[in-house]
Amino acid sequence: MRGEQINSQNIIARSATSVPSPQERDGGIDTVTKLIDVSRCIGCKACQVACSEWNDLRDEVGECVGEYDNPADLSPNTWQVMRFNEYENEQGNLEWLIRKDNCMHCAEPGCREACPAPGAIVQYANGIVDFNSELCIGCGYCVAGCPFDVPRISKKDGKSYKCTLCSDRVFNGLEPACVKSCPTGSIMFGTKKDMLDLAETRTDFLKSRGFDSAGIYDPSGVGGTHVIYVLQHADKPEIYNDLPRDPRISPMVDAWKGVTKPLMSAAIGLAALTGFFHYVTAGPKELSEEDIEAVRADEAREAERKAEREASERNREERS
Amino acid sequence: MTADRQEKGLLRYSGWTRLNHWLVAISFVLLVLSGLPFFHPFFWSLTGLFGGPTMTRILHPYIGLFMTLFFLIMAVSFFKESLLKRHDIQWLKQIRDVLTNRDERLPPVGKNNAGQKLVYWIMLFCVAGLLVTGLLIWQPYFADAVSITLRRLASMGHAYIAFLAITTLIIHIYSGIWVKGSFQAMIRGHVSKAWAKHHHGLWYEEEMKKEHRRGEIERQHTSSQPRGLE
Repeated sequence: MRGEQINSQNIIARSATSVPSPQERDGGIDTVTKLIDVSRCIGCKACQVACSEWNDLRDEVGECVGEYDNPADLSPNTWQVMRFNEYENEQGNLEWLIRKDNCMHCAEPGCREACPAPGAIVQYANGIVDFNSELCIGCGYCVAGCPFDVPRISKKDGKSYKCTLCSDRVFNGLEPACVKSCPTGSIMFGTKKDMLDLAETRTDFLKSRGFDSAGIYDPSGVGGTHVIYVLQHADKPEIYNDLPRDPRISPMVDAWKGVTKPLMSAAIGLAALTGFFHYVTAGPKELSEEDIEAVRADEAREAERKAEREASERNREERS
Repeated sequence: MTADRQEKGLLRYSGWTRLNHWLVAISFVLLVLSGLPFFHPFFWSLTGLFGGPTMTRILHPYIGLFMTLFFLIMAVSFFKESLLKRHDIQWLKQIRDVLTNRDERLPPVGKNNAGQKLVYWIMLFCVAGLLVTGLLIWQPYFADAVSITLRRLASMGHAYIAFLAITTLIIHIYSGIWVKGSFQAMIRGHVSKAWAKHHHGLWYEEEMKKEHRRGEIERQHTSSQPRGLE
């Protein structure tokens, strides 16, 4: 798996693992963040090409569905898609909002919470959420767990894929491929602190240009993300192709994967134990001698009646 | 023939019923073993029984379909004898007497007692629920066509219903161990008359009436025929 060969001792959390993950070597590691400044994006899709190039992904050539999004959606072979939205602002002017849609690398990832396969999803000390595809079993739970609808299951190998934030590049001191390719500086990469500072500079600038509600998208519902946006209209994230306003792990996923499962597992064990101790204390349910006697009496009565009837019939026959 | 019948006792479960029951039981246990690893990582090692984690994920739904089919057949044949009657409510009210083996205080019940009937209805609900929720999250066949919200609901539902089913199964298996003779009934098909009278008084009466009628017919048959020939 990308990243793991490089360092398997700075994993702060693994899927389906309740014991601590190896994380002794997390000292001095700053969390990384990719900043996507939507206001500077020109929609050239250089980042999409760079992503395919670096990650050896070649999606099938699709068909034009009448919009600029190409491919139309994320897929196991397309880990990022530019989402084009035409927005009419308050002044009645058209704004072309282009959002680079990819994994947000949540600090509290819904995919990791939902994943049943130990270690198939790992969170590194630098904040990257990575899929360890060798351990992936293809159940699709991560798809249900993700608040951003990002992971996609491959038809080829049945495993789940998404943006790795180029963990292999990052572990070698390089920025992600998309960042490297961006001609406008719309995509930036660095430590989370630096990126938040930069994002603030950008929002201040946007505000000075009349975008009063410009802001940073770093949703706290998922503990913050390691991919953050600068939005011209941070008060209306929906207009950016349904970017969720307050993303969080669904209560249904929590109810499905949270404390209830260890509790129910314990209850199953307890049920079996209760049975055993019931047997030890109350003992088996057995027949009594009385039942056997009663049945014998019934049978005897039945035989008697039968004999009587036979006798009376014989009498009738003889008389006739 | 008569001696044979007496020795064997009463037929409780026919050969087909037993075959059906055990096909369901075996596949149910396989479903529990292959499903628990996805329920909680504590059970992850069970995937080793099915050829690895991915193979377990692939097999589980197919075993589920197999079980559903045979469960359906069994559910149809057990339907009538599983309808709750008035005496079943009384039996349930005296569940303390049931658990403490004070059987002499219990009202006589039919072929199935209220506990067995409840197992029937709970399992019927569970299997239907597990089938529907399972289909909705089945990768790679149906899940992709289902909305994410519905998949979340189905995943949660599948886990909760499975919990109910497993708990019911444990109670069901334990009852088979606890009530002496009942496990044997499902293995060999026959029970002694005393067993029937003790545990299922009304059913015993019914069977005795049937036996009596059978005896009558047999007797009339044998006694009338030679007369006709004379």
